[in-house]
Amino acid sequence: MISVQNVHKSFGDLEVLKGVSLDVPNGEVVSVIGGSGSGKSTLLYCINAIESINSGKILVNDIDVHSKATNKDKLRQKLGMVFQQFNAFPHMTVLENAALAPRIVKKMSRDEAMEIAKKELEHVGLGDKFDVYPTRMSGGQQQRLAIARALAMKPDFMLLDEVTSALDPELVGEVLETLRLLAEEGMTMICVTHEMGFARDVSDRVAYFHQGVIAEIGEARQVINEPQNELTQKFLSKVR
Amino acid sequence: MNSLFTPLSWDDTGYILTGIWNTITISVVAIVVGTLLGMVIGFARAESNRAVNVLFGGVLDVLRSVPLIIQLVLFSTFVGAIGYPLDPFVAGSIVLSLYTMAFMSEVFRGGFESVSQSMQTAARSLGMTYWQTIYHIRFPIGLRAVLPSWLGVALSVIKDSALVSVIGYMELLRTSEQLIGRTQQPLTILIGVGIFYFIISYPLSHYGRSLERKMAI
Amino acid sequence: MEYQFHWNIVFQKMPELLNGAFVTLHVSVLAMLLGIVIAILLAIAKMNNSKPFCYVATVWVEIARNTPALFQIYMAYFGLGAFGIHLSPYVAVLSALVFINAGYLTETFRGGFQSIPSTQYSASKSLGMSSIQTYRYVILPQMLRRIYHPMTNQFVWSILMSSLGILVGMSELSGTTQRLQSASFRTLEFFIVAAVMYFIITKLVLFGSSLLSRRLFKGEI
Repeated sequence: MISVQNVHKSFGDLEVLKGVSLDVPNGEVVSVIGGSGSGKSTLLYCINAIESINSGKILVNDIDVHSKATNKDKLRQKLGMVFQQFNAFPHMTVLENAALAPRIVKKMSRDEAMEIAKKELEHVGLGDKFDVYPTRMSGGQQQRLAIARALAMKPDFMLLDEVTSALDPELVGEVLETLRLLAEEGMTMICVTHEMGFARDVSDRVAYFHQGVIAEIGEARQVINEPQNELTQKFLSKVR
Repeated sequence: MNSLFTPLSWDDTGYILTGIWNTITISVVAIVVGTLLGMVIGFARAESNRAVNVLFGGVLDVLRSVPLIIQLVLFSTFVGAIGYPLDPFVAGSIVLSLYTMAFMSEVFRGGFESVSQSMQTAARSLGMTYWQTIYHIRFPIGLRAVLPSWLGVALSVIKDSALVSVIGYMELLRTSEQLIGRTQQPLTILIGVGIFYFIISYPLSHYGRSLERKMAI
Repeated sequence: MEYQFHWNIVFQKMPELLNGAFVTLHVSVLAMLLGIVIAILLAIAKMNNSKPFCYVATVWVEIARNTPALFQIYMAYFGLGAFGIHLSPYVAVLSALVFINAGYLTETFRGGFQSIPSTQYSASKSLGMSSIQTYRYVILPQMLRRIYHPMTNQFVWSILMSSLGILVGMSELSGTTQRLQSASFRTLEFFIVAAVMYFIITKLVLFGSSLLSRRLFKGEI
């Protein structure tokens, strides 16, 4: 379970998160929508401890993420993260990309790490690309590699930061399909996304972010189809 | 001791100025000639087929892979041996210009090749002729793109011009070497020389780097 | 006027020329290795912004980049004499080359380091890698690919510039050539052979470097 409790976060004078609270129980998929600069990506970075927070608390499996006593490298193993930019390691093959972290972070043997990496790559439909270098692949394939690379660490949660925003329109589908598959398998996910259709169909709940707070949160179909909050209505009418 | 060496004095100013003047002259000659030749060859290489490229490439490769100092000695000895000895300035200018050309041609070739095919197609689709495309599209865009690297080569030519002293040309470093021999004040003289080169080179290299940053964005 | 070439004398002196070529390689390799070590330190100093070190590094880099190599060599050979330091020709040329290599490589290293997108760090972090692991497996390998080519060029430059040893009586390839030709007056022959040897050395270095890079860097960048 991920529990975000009244989190505030500022960059200099700019307050990006102004008291955000959100509970995501295991097995749930939550989509976070909202305009750019509303703080939705920052929230993911705070959950993964890549960014620090100013006040409040974030618990992952009851561990206080931002406590000094927490081993953050260890914690991040439980939290898979995929970014807007594909971030493949360009100097390694697809297989080496996916096997690196299990090998050096989890100290698995080479064979063991390769085994897991292969399984996850097949999982996302890259079973025929093991020895290809990522720069040779399409954006959609690189993004699926990023998902497989995160999954190879056997995370309990997946944090997805606008993973389709940098993709050509015709490549968005294959990545969303992969995420749908993960959702069906019961992975707990927080997806920051601009794909309203995906938010409605795949997630259990949708949260609408506005200027650093969650303006509306509720059952996915309800928030997207019949938003209650005026701000949500305005936002949705603009992106449709 | 005193009879043999005389300290640096104001009377040496003219001598030093001559050295400075000669360094500037030969650098300017080499940069101008080298740039013009390099532009032509660079364009030819960007445009032409493999055979021409290999031929040109081979000659340019030799000019880039043999130390300048060896080229200078070889050339001036060679013209002397075949009966046409040249003045150090002329011999130095020829070698330094060709050396500059070798580096400039690569710079310009890169610049012309960087102008994308689609931009040329666009120009042709507007009804421009081949030569109009070159004059209005490829040259202006290509030349702008190479400015930082051109500046880099030009600066290294100014610095390399010091080597022409080896065939007896009285440029700044040779002048100072002779002054050092007479005055035995190497540090003062050398620091002065260093400051001269630095004053010319530093602002230009700074400008070049800021151009590069601007273009990268 | 007909010029008669006499090659025999040159071939008789071949062992000496080869020895000179060896000294050329020797001084260039050493200048490169020392230059790399110093450049790493200077690059760190420049990026850390710690005032005194950053200042020293900046001055070093700018002087090295904006004055002629011959000036550096004269400085080491004649200039240091004012402080009672008398370097041998070899050491003078070596220290000038080290000074310049370090100056240029500092900028190469800094540029290579800064060219790695920050997202590579967050991606590595998100996989649970420690900072050391991130550098060891993700950042440095990519950086090495980007600086490899400029480093090769710097090495070739060092080989060519070590020929300035001729002007301070160093017995590398050019200096040896100079000594042999003045004893025999076969200037053209000796310098032609020297030119060919420089060409071959340069080509061999470039060839070796591209072979090595194919072994080292299988991925594309």
